[in-house]
Amino acid sequence: MAGHDMSAMPTDPYAAPMPGMAHGNMTTVGVVDHDRNGFDPTTMLTEWETGLTDLLPDGRTLRTFEVAAIDREIEIAPGIFFPAWTFNDRVPGPALRAKEGERLRIIFRNYGSHPHSMHFHGIHSARMDGVPGAGLIGPGEEFIYEFDAKPFGCHLYHCHALPLKRHIHKGMYGLFVIDPDPARHPENAAVAASRVLGSPENARWQELAMVMNAFDINFDGANEIYAVNTVGQAYMNAPIRIDKSRPVRIYLVNVTEFDPINSLHLHANFFDYYDTGTTLTPTLRTVDLIMQCQAQRGILEFSFAEHEDGMYMFHAHQSEFTELGWVGMFDVRGPEA
Amino acid sequence: MIRLLLLFVPLAVMLGAFVWIASLDPLRSFNNGAPPVEALTVERTILDETGIQILVRAGGSEAMQIAQVAVDDAYWTFTQAPPGAVARGTAVWVRIPYPWVLGEAHRVALLSNTGTAFEHEIAVAVPTPKATAGQLRIQALVGAIVGLLPVALGLMFYPAMRGVGRTGMNFLLALTVGLLAFLLIDMTLEALELSAGAAALFQGSAMVWLTALACFLLLMAIGRWRGQPEGLALAFYIALGIGLHNFGEGLAIGGAFAAGSAGLGTFLVLGFALHNVTEGIGIAAPMLRIRPPLWTFAALTLLAGGPAVLGMWTGSLAYAPQWSALALAVGAGAILQVMVEVSAYLMRQNSDRQAALFSPAVLGGFLGGLAFMYATAALIKV
Ligand SMILES: [Cu+2]
Repeated sequence: MAGHDMSAMPTDPYAAPMPGMAHGNMTTVGVVDHDRNGFDPTTMLTEWETGLTDLLPDGRTLRTFEVAAIDREIEIAPGIFFPAWTFNDRVPGPALRAKEGERLRIIFRNYGSHPHSMHFHGIHSARMDGVPGAGLIGPGEEFIYEFDAKPFGCHLYHCHALPLKRHIHKGMYGLFVIDPDPARHPENAAVAASRVLGSPENARWQELAMVMNAFDINFDGANEIYAVNTVGQAYMNAPIRIDKSRPVRIYLVNVTEFDPINSLHLHANFFDYYDTGTTLTPTLRTVDLIMQCQAQRGILEFSFAEHEDGMYMFHAHQSEFTELGWVGMFDVRGPEA
Repeated sequence: MIRLLLLFVPLAVMLGAFVWIASLDPLRSFNNGAPPVEALTVERTILDETGIQILVRAGGSEAMQIAQVAVDDAYWTFTQAPPGAVARGTAVWVRIPYPWVLGEAHRVALLSNTGTAFEHEIAVAVPTPKATAGQLRIQALVGAIVGLLPVALGLMFYPAMRGVGRTGMNFLLALTVGLLAFLLIDMTLEALELSAGAAALFQGSAMVWLTALACFLLLMAIGRWRGQPEGLALAFYIALGIGLHNFGEGLAIGGAFAAGSAGLGTFLVLGFALHNVTEGIGIAAPMLRIRPPLWTFAALTLLAGGPAVLGMWTGSLAYAPQWSALALAVGAGAILQVMVEVSAYLMRQNSDRQAALFSPAVLGGFLGGLAFMYATAALIKV
C-alpha cells in the first residue's frame, strides 16, 4: 500500500473515501447553453403543444398541429454536441396534446436531409401509419396525417423511416398525450376531468412531460449520454421545483435506443402508475420504481404533501444510466417557500 | 555574389509558392462537412490519494476540446491543466478525483466535443511510486542488481579468459556477437511495440527505424575516426551499446513498477541478472590481448550497467512511450554498430576469414550466445 496512505484519510465513517471526493464529484463539468440549443429541459417539462382548433360540421373539434423535420446540432451535455434530426428544432419533439374524440390533423413538412415520417402510437388507418408507403416523405415534401384521437392515454410518436434505430436515436420522437373525455367515463369522471389540460380539476396538478432518452455519440451502438429530455444531468444542475401542497403527475415515455429497458425510481416516496395511461384506475399502486421497455409509457401520480422540505432524487435504477446522466432532483417546498 | 543570388531566387520562389498555396487553401473544395480527425493518446497515468491523473497528448488534425470525462461509465468532475483546447501535438494533464480501488481495473473515457470517446484502460490500479528518496534508493538497488552486478560478474571472468588460445578467443567473440544479435532483435521489437502506443504524430515505426539507422551510422563514423576500433576502444563501444540496452531494460522494469503490472519478485530480478552476466563476458572478450589498467573495469561496469539505474528512475517517473521507444532505438543502432565492429575484429584475428567464420568455435559461440540469451530471457518474460 505504499503511497496509498490510509492515515491521511478522514476518520468520519460517512465521509468520502478520499479527501474532496463527495458524491457530488460524479457529475458532468460545465453547463449547457440552452439558449443556443433553443430549448431548455426545464421549460420542456411543462410545455404542451395543443395546436389550433376548429369546429367540424358535425360539432367535433378539429385539432391541427404543424411539425417540421429539421437537421440540427444540439448540445446534450456540457461541451458535447450531437448532430441531431429533430421535430420542430427540439429533442424530444413537441409534446402534442389532444382530447379523446377529437379529429386530429398533423401537417408534417420535411426540411431535413433524409426521408422522415411521423408514426403515431394510437389508433388510425393504415394509410396514416407513417411507415414507408404511408406518410414517409422525402426532403422538401409535405404530408398531412389525419385520424381520430383514441384511445386516451400517454402515447408517443416517432419517425418510422429506415434504418429505424438511427432515425429514432437521432432525436425523432416526442410525447403524444390524449386526455380522456370525462363525459365518456361517467364512472371515473372526476379522475378523467383532472387529466384534461386546462380544466379547473386539472389546475391543481403539477404535470410534467418526461421523455427518457439517450445518445450514442460515437456511433458504436451503445449510449454515452442518458437523460430525461435530452440533456444529461439537467435536473441535477437545475432541480425541478415542486410545490408540495399540490399533487404531481408525470407523463413518462421511454425512447432509449440500444438498451432494452429503462426505469424510473423515486427517492423517499411511492407513486401510483397507469401503464400506457389508458386506464383511469392505477395499474400499479404504491410503487417506487417502474420499468419501461422501449416505446412503453405511462402516467405516475404522487404527492410530497407529508414530506419535509428538501431535495428528493429521482433516477433510472440502472446505475449505469444514472452515472451517465439520467438523474435529477425534485426541489420540494411549500408554495410560499 | 552571383552564386548567392542563384541560391536566393529559388528560395524566394519556394517561399512565395507556400504562401500562395496556404492562401488559396486548395483543399477547401474537398471539405465535405466531415468532422476533423481526432486523436488522443494517454502517455502517463498517476494514481494517488487525490485520484487519477493522466497526461494526454492530442494528435488530431485540429486543436480539440476535452468536454467530459467518464470513469467506469460514470461522468466525473475533472480539471485540465492547461485548460482550453488542446493543440495538435501538445499534452495536458487531466486530473480526476476518482476513488479508484486498489488492485482493480478502471476504464477512463475522454469525450471530445464532437462526441468521440477515447478510452484508456488502467489494468491494475496501484498507487504510482512517488519520487521519494526511499523509492529512488530501492530502484537504484534493483537497477544495480540487474545492471551493474552481472556486468561486474562477467568481467570477473577476465583473468580466466586471458589464457584462451585462438579458438577460445574466436568462441568468445562469436559468443559476444550472438548475445548482441539477440539484444538487437529484442530491443527493436520492444521499441516498435512501445512506439505503437505513442501518439500518431511521432510516426512510431519510422521513428524507430530511422533513429536506429542514424545512430548506427554516426557511431560507425565516430568509431572509425582513427582506424578500426579494437582492444580497449572496442570494449568501450560494446559497453556503450550494452549500456543503452540496459537503459531500455531499466525503463521496462521502472515502467512495470509504476504500472504495477508486474509483480517484480526476487525471481524476476535474479532472472534479469543471470541474463546479463553474458554481457560482462562480451565486454571482456576484445581486451584479452592487452593488459588494461584496473580502473577501466570499473568504468566499463558503470558504462554498461549504470544506465539500468537511470532507466529505472526514468521509467517510473517520467515515462512516455515515444521517449522510451526513442531510447531503445538509439540502443539498437548502437548494438548494430558493435556487432559490426566485433565481427570485423574477429575476422581480422584470423588469416583465413572464410574458414574462421564457419569454424565450430565461431558458429558454436554465436549460436551459444543466442541460445543462452534466449533461454535466460524466458525466465523474465511475464
Ligand atoms: Cu426520420
